Amino acid sequence: MKHKTSMSIAIVGSGGAGSITAGNLLLEAAARSGSYGILTRSVGPQIRGGEAAALIRLSSEPIDSFGDSYDILLALDWKNADRFAAELPMGPHGLIITDPEQGAIPAVIAGSMAQVRELPIGKLAKSVTKGRPNMIALGVLAEILSIPPEAIQAVLTKQLGDKGEQVLQSSMDTVTAGMAAARDFAKQPLPKTDDSGSGRWLVTGNQATGLGAVRAGIRFVAAYPITPATEVLEWLATALQKVGGKLVQAEDELASVNMIIGASYGGIPSLTATSGPGLSLMMEGLGLAVSAEVPIVVVDVMRVGPSTGIATKAEQSDLNIAVYGFHGDAPHLVLAPVSITDCLFTAQWSVYLAEAMQVPAILLSDQFLGQAMSIIDPPAAVNFKATRNIAQHSDGEYLRYADTESGVSPMAIPGTPGLQYTADGLEHAMTGTPSTKAEDHALQMDKRQRKIDNFDYGDYWAEVEGSGEFAVITWGSTTGAVREALRRLRAEGIDDIRMVAMRLLAPAQPEKFRHTMAGVRKALVIEQSHSGQFYHYLRAHYDLPGEPEQFHRAGPLLLRPGETTNQIKIWRQA
Amino acid sequence: MNQMVDISATTPRNPADYRSKVQPIWCPGCGDYSVLMEITKAMAALELSPEQVAIVSGIGCSSRIPAYSNCYGFHGIHGRALPLATGLKVARPELTVICTGGDGDGFSIGGNHFLHACRRNVDITYIVMDNQVYGMTKGQASPTTEPNWDSVLTPGGTGIRPFQPLVIALASGANFVARAFAGDPEGTTQIIIAGIKHPGFSFIQVLSPCVTFRPEQREWRNQVRPAPVPTTADPSVAAKRIMTDDGFNLGILYQGDRPAYKSGLIASSMQADELSQEFLV
Repeated sequence: MKHKTSMSIAIVGSGGAGSITAGNLLLEAAARSGSYGILTRSVGPQIRGGEAAALIRLSSEPIDSFGDSYDILLALDWKNADRFAAELPMGPHGLIITDPEQGAIPAVIAGSMAQVRELPIGKLAKSVTKGRPNMIALGVLAEILSIPPEAIQAVLTKQLGDKGEQVLQSSMDTVTAGMAAARDFAKQPLPKTDDSGSGRWLVTGNQATGLGAVRAGIRFVAAYPITPATEVLEWLATALQKVGGKLVQAEDELASVNMIIGASYGGIPSLTATSGPGLSLMMEGLGLAVSAEVPIVVVDVMRVGPSTGIATKAEQSDLNIAVYGFHGDAPHLVLAPVSITDCLFTAQWSVYLAEAMQVPAILLSDQFLGQAMSIIDPPAAVNFKATRNIAQHSDGEYLRYADTESGVSPMAIPGTPGLQYTADGLEHAMTGTPSTKAEDHALQMDKRQRKIDNFDYGDYWAEVEGSGEFAVITWGSTTGAVREALRRLRAEGIDDIRMVAMRLLAPAQPEKFRHTMAGVRKALVIEQSHSGQFYHYLRAHYDLPGEPEQFHRAGPLLLRPGETTNQIKIWRQA
Repeated sequence: MNQMVDISATTPRNPADYRSKVQPIWCPGCGDYSVLMEITKAMAALELSPEQVAIVSGIGCSSRIPAYSNCYGFHGIHGRALPLATGLKVARPELTVICTGGDGDGFSIGGNHFLHACRRNVDITYIVMDNQVYGMTKGQASPTTEPNWDSVLTPGGTGIRPFQPLVIALASGANFVARAFAGDPEGTTQIIIAGIKHPGFSFIQVLSPCVTFRPEQREWRNQVRPAPVPTTADPSVAAKRIMTDDGFNLGILYQGDRPAYKSGLIASSMQADELSQEFLV
């Protein structure tokens, strides 16, 4: 049998059946066996009893997107299966493992050409003391993938060890029963590297975002829970207890953004995380941070909008509000990680930039990047630390908003004698005193714009790969599908396409873009939004060669590498 | 409970030291002039260093106060003064944080923050200059306006029962609830001093007449009186008093001893890089 470089596995069941737990254990066992991979939870809005599927992709190389179809679908039950059927395209030679006790395979899934194997998962679980069907599932999958029992044992010990010897033993016994039951199944070797994978990380984008923030020096966080951003805040709550700092749970997002402005005005690097509805509420506060020149970072883990939308699924549809959502002309930063790994770098860089320029930065992650558990190579350590230009003393009257060459003015921290000033959302003179004068407005507008326009962002504004007369331009989580598509095309001998994945969305970088796009004849814009927000953003701020085309659709179904490859091929040949 | 401070005594600090050169935008006769003076007197009596004080506000006539002081200040956005002050105080507990604003800012657009600031009990002194009107937007009914007060926006009145700030504060967990009158410099200064000294959130409603849109409030001078009863630490007694009084009893009407929110950053020597250990496969 041909070894695959990647394979996709889904474990489905109703909420509480343990499919996610089994998936997480499988992912970690694969990580310990040398695989890369990702796991996303497909869950409904219900807290208990809805659908729950662990969608896993394992690979011999780093990956940042789903596969095209599933090689194995194991169902603990088929309750609510219609709700996620669209997310589970079965491959032509796929394998469906089903428990006959759970009834017939739903028509939406049975219609695929996949092979079906029946296995009495429930009965097998009952044959073991305190056995649970999800541990049978784990054993079956471990057997098919030839994951050694020692790897499973190690992962069980790590994740269930604190539940006592008995739980651990019954779990391992159940896994062993599952392995025995799948002895005669055709093996599908685990895609993995030759080494053991030791030193790699198992991390979500939300955790990586939190780590980047703390590494850069964030020490105050205000938090209002919202799916799918809550884990950023929860991770930071624990982290700040360890490294020092404080997290305050706010009464709403209006409070959380204003709390971080207050704390940052007090000299402490500060951050909050939210999703679309919360970002909408924070816009006025973000404008205050622009006017008062108080550095803050707001992480928006994007979900499907508008309004409450689909809270548990990704979309790249908050670009417009992040870039244009302020009233007035309000120069600020908008950044987006281009992969799960990059959540760390981009969060760290965002804090650094916000602090260096005394501006608010909006960091646009999304539900996929944020919540997918990923096996990655350890991210390179970078040295970005919050470094604010602090005023220590003043000869003569202190001018908080002095008209400096860079546009950044030394900021006094409360407690410093002789430098008292009032920060204000009202337009002000250089002292900070409110002013309605045209010359003060013009001067302060120029200063606020200049400080972000003149800053040296280095080469970090975008990830650029490849060369040739074709260019695919993308951002955020769709970068994963685009990168993989271009890799596949290169394997087919097509190597005249470059990828430009933008990390810095505001301020726009037209000069750097022009340089990067030199020699490009045709451009394709790929994104996950219904209206093509990124396409329109590009047309507004950049010169694109020829007649740029677009491939885009709304969430919740993420772009897959295969369809992305096809779209790129069609566009390239047109 | 609260020792009276002799504010006429000579201290190293002068109230004028706490004023900036910025001229207030207020109308002649506005009660807020008095409140500004009373705040500076309180700071002088407490011998606070101006750089150790931050005055935080939202939007409205009274919210202009920060720029008129010589302390650090933050004139934020409408209704959000309390979260702004909360973030600052929690991050920098050694500062004295005074939050100022009006009835529209605090009880209407900022109402939710008022409830939660009372609950949270961060050590902030919140001074609301209540004139029962939106003055900056030229005379609309505020949450504390009587229901039959006629305005262009609400002809014939709003028909809505006024908001009861002291009752709400008490019910929300505020631990220091007081009412003062702008035209009573001695009493108001003493209450502000007590509020600043009180650990935790202190709520002070200052009746501050708007002579432009509510000229009838000039009569408040003749209506206010010191509360005829001493400060209580019993919330049920306080609740009955403030729910049944006519809104003109002045003084600290409730003061409890609930512990203040624990502000300040946790200290640690652990390096952020060590956090990544948990991600290792």
